[in-house]
Amino acid sequence: MADPDVPDSGVWSEIVGQPGVVRSLLAAVRAADLSVRGDSDTGAMTHAWLFTGPPGSGRSVAARAFAAALQCEAEGGTPGCGQCSACRTVLAGTHADVRVVAPEGLSISVAEMRSLVQAAARRPATGRWRVVLIEDADRLTEGAGNALLKVVEEPPERTVFLLCAPSDHPEDVPVTIRSRCRPVRLSTPLVAPIADMLRKRDGVDDELADWAASVCGGHIGRARRLATDSQARQRREDILRIPRGLQRFSDVFTASSELVRSSEAEAGESGESRDEAEKEELRTAMGAGGSGKGTASATKGANAAVRELEKRQKSRATRSQRDALDLALVDLAGFYRDVLIARSGSTAAPNHPDFADDVAEACSEWTSESTLRRLEAVLYCRRALARNVKPLVAVEAMITTLHHG
Amino acid sequence: MAVDPSSLHLVLGDEELLVERAVRAAVRDAREADPTAESRRVKVSELTGSELDEMLSPSLFSEGRVVALEAAQEANKEIVEAILSHAGQPADGVVLVVVHSGGGRAKQAKEMPKALRDLGARVTECPKITKPAKREAFVREEVSNAGGRIDAAGVSALIESVGSDLRELAAAASQLVADTDGRIDETAVRRYHQGRAEVSGFAVAEKAVTGDRAGSLEALRWALRIGVPQVLIADALADTVRTIGRVAAAGRTDTYRLAGELSLPEWKVRKALSQARGWNSSSVAEAMRAVATVNAEVKGQAADADYALERTVLRLVGLQGR
Repeated sequence: MADPDVPDSGVWSEIVGQPGVVRSLLAAVRAADLSVRGDSDTGAMTHAWLFTGPPGSGRSVAARAFAAALQCEAEGGTPGCGQCSACRTVLAGTHADVRVVAPEGLSISVAEMRSLVQAAARRPATGRWRVVLIEDADRLTEGAGNALLKVVEEPPERTVFLLCAPSDHPEDVPVTIRSRCRPVRLSTPLVAPIADMLRKRDGVDDELADWAASVCGGHIGRARRLATDSQARQRREDILRIPRGLQRFSDVFTASSELVRSSEAEAGESGESRDEAEKEELRTAMGAGGSGKGTASATKGANAAVRELEKRQKSRATRSQRDALDLALVDLAGFYRDVLIARSGSTAAPNHPDFADDVAEACSEWTSESTLRRLEAVLYCRRALARNVKPLVAVEAMITTLHHG
Repeated sequence: MAVDPSSLHLVLGDEELLVERAVRAAVRDAREADPTAESRRVKVSELTGSELDEMLSPSLFSEGRVVALEAAQEANKEIVEAILSHAGQPADGVVLVVVHSGGGRAKQAKEMPKALRDLGARVTECPKITKPAKREAFVREEVSNAGGRIDAAGVSALIESVGSDLRELAAAASQLVADTDGRIDETAVRRYHQGRAEVSGFAVAEKAVTGDRAGSLEALRWALRIGVPQVLIADALADTVRTIGRVAAAGRTDTYRLAGELSLPEWKVRKALSQARGWNSSSVAEAMRAVATVNAEVKGQAADADYALERTVLRLVGLQGR
């Protein structure tokens, strides 16, 4: 790319297929640089940004690249070199002036936010800006949102807030916060840039990269996962076999329990070993295994702390299971969308080009109405899961509809 | 080496009332032998080794003493060792009663009952009463201990309206004997006790899927009235419906093989098979959607969760036999 306003080197190479976004962020970084030097302010920089876009479009990645470019220490050239220690530490999440809040549980609590607000009030220590990056700002509880609002309303001079959320709908981000942020809207990346990135960054071969980019539905992380993890490919395959595999009524139950079990397994694989390690670490920190006077009372306190940790881990496990299941449901919804597209004779690009045979079969058997009902059932199930319905109950109800139509 | 069994008691189990009675009986026996005996009850978790030593060692004038150690399953290694060493060589006039739930976290604490048994302790077992038949026998015994008699209908009426807590059952039984002439039947029970003490979500679900409109609504109202969480009722409805679906869809009649295939207990399969009459795949599908909806509704989606449950129960009743 020759456009000097849209560099594809350094930290900017992380942002896939979003030239408009890169342009405005780079302008902001240049303006920020001027204002730090005390020159006139062009107005391209501001203290709070809201990154919105569909899941997988790279909201938090864009925010992180922006943070790195703000801290970049390289003299001359395009800011955000990706080579200096500031760039590298920001991208690795270890920069002293960049605080990242990435909730692993179901929500961000007000206590967490208050401590963050305190940290945000300090001047930057080594860099030029203090950056607070909140991934999943849609998970702020009401109280946490209000705590954040106070500081976004009257920001410290050198602090920048970067919020990421699926959309700026009031359900995701309170209007009071939204109105104080400059929006950055990411669009769904196209197939070609994704495939390009897979080839360059992950060294995936052409065929696999093209395939993964075409079936990921514009979700970069998903494309990467599919391209690099054969188990993920297998899971997707299993899920997309469900619609055509429901022959008898008893298949409903096998399919549902299989779906829930595989999402549990996916979430559990990494979760369990991590849980144990964390617990062990905490116990050691609290003085377990020690001997001598006072150890008994110390362990008592440790048990309470371990229980606290277990609670957090459970919240994390619930979330990762839900996320895994949600991903499966999105794939499933894509299948029914493809059937609807095929029935309507549209030439829109299908979600799952590799399942064209199944789609064609379904297309000749189902009416558009029943396909739509099935699609509705999948979407309803996603909503039900977000509302805390037991996964197995919600999935079974959905699959009975998929079976009957 | 075995010790004199009257100086070492082990009360094993976690049925509170029975444990309490056993401890009291042990104290009473000791007092009978030595009316001046002092009695102490302590929780093991509040003890240190030296306190325990002090309690169990003979006193200057060798007065009698009964020491009851409660919740021995929570003892740590050190205390367990101290208890066992005292139990092996009891001081004169000291009676030790160890109360142990049978469980325990630490290995030593878990194995203590066996060690005490080997030392020749007198063991009183008080396991939790879970079987209905055992509970009925308990009520009958309570009544006859109080000097009365009760017939079978009276027993089930009493359990239905008082609940399964043994303490309450025992109190109600002795009260009934005192209030009547000693012959207790259903009318006598009903005169003093009304309503229902325990209705589980499954009782509601069972009535709903068998099409018992009045019975299911009554059970639901009782369940809500006595504070069964709405979420549990919704879960029970969902579980019952899906079990019917799974069993019916499998379409086999060999309950044992089916139980193995579906990894369900055999009694549940048998029950679901009998409930499955009156259901077909489309009505089960409809019912599964209904219970999934109510699952969301009781978790905050409905303005009134009680009403949502009631409507779902009626819906299930309506779907049954369609």
